[in-house]
Amino acid sequence: MSWAGPEDIFLSTSLASYLDRKILVLLRDGRKLMGTLRSFDQFANAVLEGACERVIVGEQYCDIPLGLYVIRGENVVLIGDLDTEREELPPHMIRVSETEIKRAQKVEREASELMGTMRKRMEFLDFD
Amino acid sequence: MVLRGFRRFRLFFSYFKDLVGQEVTVELKNDLAITGTLHSVDQYLNIKLENTRVVDQDKYPHMLSVRNCFIRGSVVRYVQLPPDGVDVDLLHDAARREARGG
Repeated sequence: MSWAGPEDIFLSTSLASYLDRKILVLLRDGRKLMGTLRSFDQFANAVLEGACERVIVGEQYCDIPLGLYVIRGENVVLIGDLDTEREELPPHMIRVSETEIKRAQKVEREASELMGTMRKRMEFLDFD
Repeated sequence: MVLRGFRRFRLFFSYFKDLVGQEVTVELKNDLAITGTLHSVDQYLNIKLENTRVVDQDKYPHMLSVRNCFIRGSVVRYVQLPPDGVDVDLLHDAARREARGG
């Protein structure tokens, strides 16, 4: 992303080395997108071809296809180069369908909301 | 006339440039911590790490096959350095000079 001045010629944090490769993009909202990097700019805006969202809930996961995506850079946390020779996920993880994972997400969300409200109640009771 | 914007405050950019090749651990604002070799840094303090491994691997299974990554500067909380990787006096002097505006 740097404008390479003469002294920076060997030091570049450019995403060019990831072009046309399969990458993992972590977003600020916790989502994990995967796809082929086709374009980028100095703001880390990115164009991902053949993108899919990898949803992981516990030991279950599902890849939801998204197509061609343009990601605004301010939402990007990390862009990772996926090593094709390594396993993308631990072997014990189970691939499930989209409806299954959405159900699991809902359960997880409700459970964390319940934890949240219970904690608020406890804090209220502890308040001297 | 002094150029405003990123060109003025280059102390940390210069500092990180000198750290290239060292092992660092970058802790992000989303609590993810990644250890790796500092490959490069830019004016926005975006960081590129090589040979990465995640600190709490079991919590982040999706990061298993990621070996190199680009981290946007805006999401970094901490950069943890080797204690002997820093010349504190040099940095101290540089900071004083920068503060003075020289």
